[in-house]
Amino acid sequence: MSKKSVKEIVSFCQEIFEDISFIRAREWKDAHPGRKVIGYMPVYVPREIIHAAGMLPLGILGGGADMEVIHGDAYYQSYICRIPRSTIELAITGRLDFVDGMMFPSICDVIRNMSGIWQLLFKDKFVRYFDTPQNFEDQVGGAFYVQELHELKAGLEKLGDCTISDADINNSIVVYNENRAWVNKVYDYRAATPWNAPAAEVYLLMRAGMVLPVEEHTRLMQDYLAAADREERPMRDNCRVTLIGTFCEQPPLNLIKSLEMAGCYIVDDDSMLVTRWLLKDVPSDGDPLENLSQAFLHHSAETAAKYEPNLEEKGNYMLESIRKRGADGVIFAAPSFCDPALLDQPMMVKRLKDAGIPYITMQYAENSGQMQPIREQAGTFADSIKLWSAS
Amino acid sequence: MRTQDVVKSHSQLLQKEMISRNYDRITGGEAKVSSTFVPGNLNELLMCFDIANNLPEINAIQNAMRKKSGEMITNAERSGHSEDVCTYVKADIGMMEKGNIAPNGKPFPNPDMLLLSYTGCFTSLKWFELLREQYQCPTVMLHVPYAADGKPTKNMRDYIVKQLKEDVIPLMEQVSGIKFDIDRLREYLRKSARAEDDLVWMLEQSKRKPSPIDCYFGGVYYMGPIFTAFRGTDEAIDYYQMLRGEIEQRIKLGLCAQTPEGDMPEEKYRLVVEGPPNWTSFREFWKMFYEMGAVVVASTYTKVGGVYDYDDFRHDPDHPLATLADYCLGVYTNRNLPTRVDMLARNVKEYEADGLLINSIKSCNSFSAGQLVMMREVEKLTGKPGAFIETDLVDPRYFSAANVKNRLESYFQMIDQKRRAGGSALAS
Ligand code: SF4
Ligand code: SF4
Repeated sequence: MSKKSVKEIVSFCQEIFEDISFIRAREWKDAHPGRKVIGYMPVYVPREIIHAAGMLPLGILGGGADMEVIHGDAYYQSYICRIPRSTIELAITGRLDFVDGMMFPSICDVIRNMSGIWQLLFKDKFVRYFDTPQNFEDQVGGAFYVQELHELKAGLEKLGDCTISDADINNSIVVYNENRAWVNKVYDYRAATPWNAPAAEVYLLMRAGMVLPVEEHTRLMQDYLAAADREERPMRDNCRVTLIGTFCEQPPLNLIKSLEMAGCYIVDDDSMLVTRWLLKDVPSDGDPLENLSQAFLHHSAETAAKYEPNLEEKGNYMLESIRKRGADGVIFAAPSFCDPALLDQPMMVKRLKDAGIPYITMQYAENSGQMQPIREQAGTFADSIKLWSAS
Repeated sequence: MRTQDVVKSHSQLLQKEMISRNYDRITGGEAKVSSTFVPGNLNELLMCFDIANNLPEINAIQNAMRKKSGEMITNAERSGHSEDVCTYVKADIGMMEKGNIAPNGKPFPNPDMLLLSYTGCFTSLKWFELLREQYQCPTVMLHVPYAADGKPTKNMRDYIVKQLKEDVIPLMEQVSGIKFDIDRLREYLRKSARAEDDLVWMLEQSKRKPSPIDCYFGGVYYMGPIFTAFRGTDEAIDYYQMLRGEIEQRIKLGLCAQTPEGDMPEEKYRLVVEGPPNWTSFREFWKMFYEMGAVVVASTYTKVGGVYDYDDFRHDPDHPLATLADYCLGVYTNRNLPTRVDMLARNVKEYEADGLLINSIKSCNSFSAGQLVMMREVEKLTGKPGAFIETDLVDPRYFSAANVKNRLESYFQMIDQKRRAGGSALAS
C-alpha cells in the first residue's frame, strides 16, 4: 500500500475533477490502439459489461461549476436543468471527441431525449438508451432486463469488434464487487469519523472513480482510507446529515464544502449512485447477465427515478440509510427543474415528518455561485438540530 | 370573417356531450373508477371490466379552460411542491385540496385503482406515486419502454404483454370482480380500428388547400373521444363518421378551417405545430393564429395519445394484447428524436406547410427537451423556416400574450419575405 498523504490523493482527485477534457481517459485510450471509451450518464449502467469488453466506462456528469456554457443555451431552454446543456457543450466543443459511445440511462425525460440529440448530432457514435425495468418480477421485468443486457453486450461487441464471454463478464463482476466494497468502506468510514473524511474529499474520491479505470480507483480508495487513518483531524461540533437529491446534476463542490463549514457533516448522500447501486455482491459464477439482472431487481438502491411498487416500502431505503449512518437530519438539495427529485421530495418529506426527523430543502444548479444563503440555511439547520437534541 | 359568438358544429356538440357523459359516469357512484393517463391509455381494456376511465390531464385542462388551474397550482406550491415541476401534477394536487370537484360540479370519487401507464413520460411515475399517497388504492405500473432506436423491439412488446397478463389484468379483475374476456376486448378493438380509420382520414384532409380544418386548435376537440374514454365504443365510431360528414361538406363548399368565430375567410399561412397548446388562454392563443390567417395543418399534439398516420397503426383485434403494447410503444413522446424529426419534416412537406412552429411547454420535459435541435433539423430537411414560442400548459403565469403575438408576427413576416424572395433562407 502506498504512503501517499491525504493531501496528495485529494489533489490528484481534484485535478481529475477539474479536467473537463478528460486527459486521463484520453491517455488510457491512447495507450493501446483500438481501445474504446464509453461515456455514461447518471444514474446507473452496468459498467461490468463495458469493462468486460475491454472498454473504459467514463461517467459524464455535466460541465461543473466553472465551465462556461456558450453553445448549450442554443440547445436547451432556460427551464430545463443545467446538466444537459453543459454536457452538450462538452460534446460540441470537442471535449468528448474521443468517446466512442454514450449511454443514456432511463432516469428522466431530459436524459432520455438526450439520447436522441446524440443520434441526430453525432451520427458516427454508438448511442444506447439504457432502459432498466420498473417492474421487478423475475419473469416480467427480469426477462426484459436480461434481454436488454444481451442487446447492450451485442452492441458493444459490434463496436469493439470483439466477443464478450461470460467469463469476461464474471471477471469484471469480481472487479466491480471489490470496487463497491471499498466505496462502501469509504462511506462507512466517513459515517463513523466524518471529521477525518470530509464530504468534499469523499466526493472528489468518488468523482475520480468516474474517470479512472476501476482497478485504479479501488487502489485509490484503499490509499485514501489508509492515509486518512494516519491523520488525526479535529472533531467539530457538527450535526450529521444525509444529503438527498444529488443523484444526477451535481452540486458545485463549494456547496458540499459550505454545508460542512456551516456545521453539517454529510454522513450519506446519493451522488454517483452508480458506484454503489447494487447493494450486495453480484455472484461471479453462472450466467452473469442473469446475475446482474437479479441484483438490479432485488438488491439495488432506491432513487426518485425508480418506481416503488409497494406504498409501505416507499421511503424506507432513505429511513434505513438515516438509521444506519446515524444521521440527525436530511438536507434535500435538488437541481432546479428536476422533476424526479422535486416530485419525489414531498413524499420523502412526509416520511421524515412522520418519523420526526428534521430536514431542510434547497435547490441548486451545477454552476450556482452564491453560497452565502446556503451556508446560512445550513447553519441555522445545524443549530436547530443541536438545540433539539440537547433538549 | 363571419363573426358570431361561438360557432359549434354538431360534432363539437356531440363531443362535448360525450365528455360530460363520462364525467357523469365517473362521479355517478356506480362504476368502478380507474385513473390513468392519456398517452397510450388502455381504454378498451378498462371497458372489459366496466371500469370508468378518469384522466387527470383532462381534468387539469378542464380546470385551465375554466380559469381555475392557476389557484390550484399556487395551492400545491404552498403545500410544498416546487415551482419548477410539471403543472399538470400541481393542478391535479391543487384540485384535491379544493374538494376534487369534477367539471359537472360533483365531487370525484376516490379512484378504485390507479393504472400507472408509464408511457412517454417519466413525470407520470412520480405523479401517480403522489396520488397513491393520497388515495392509498391499488396501483399498477405498466412500464412501456422507450422506443429509443426508432422501432419497438420484440423484447419491449413481450415485456408489456407480460405486464398486462401478470399484473394489469389481474388487478382489474380484482377491482371489478369481472373475469377477463379476450373476445370482449377483440370486439372493442375492432370498433377502435373503425373509428381510427375515420380519424386518419380526417387528419389527412388538411393536405387540401385550403385546409377545411385546423389540426391543432380544432384538432384537440377532434381527438377528444379517441384519446379519452370512448375509443372502442360505438359512440366513437358515430362521432368520427359525423365529423367526416361535416368535413366532406366543408370540402364541397371550399371552406377554410372553422374557428370559434366562424370560418376563416382566407388561409394565408399553413403551419405544422409541435408541442401541446396553452390551455389557460386557449381561445386567445388560437385567435392570434386565425386572425392572421394561419391554419395548423398538422400537429404532434394530436398524436399524444397514439400515432395513427405515420406508420399506419390500427388496433388489431387478432392480436389483442400485442396491439395494446404496440399502441403504447408508438405514442408520439415515446418515439426517439430522429423519428419525431422525420415525422415533422414529412408533415411539413406532405401538408405543404410554410414551416414548423414549436410551442415549447415549460412543464413538459418529455416534449420540450431537445426541441431546439429538432427545429434546426426540420429546417435543414425541409428548407422551411421554423419558429419557437414558449408557454405553459395550465399555469397562467407562463402565458405572455404579447410575447407570443410578437413572435408569431415576426414569423409570419419571415414567411412572407421568404415567399417574396422565393428562396429558402432559414430562420435564425
Ligand atoms: S437533473 Fe433531474 S431533470 Fe435534469 S437530467 Fe438529471 S434527473 Fe433529469
Ligand atoms: S411532463 Fe409532459 S407528458 Fe408528462 S405529465 Fe407533464 S405534461 Fe404530461
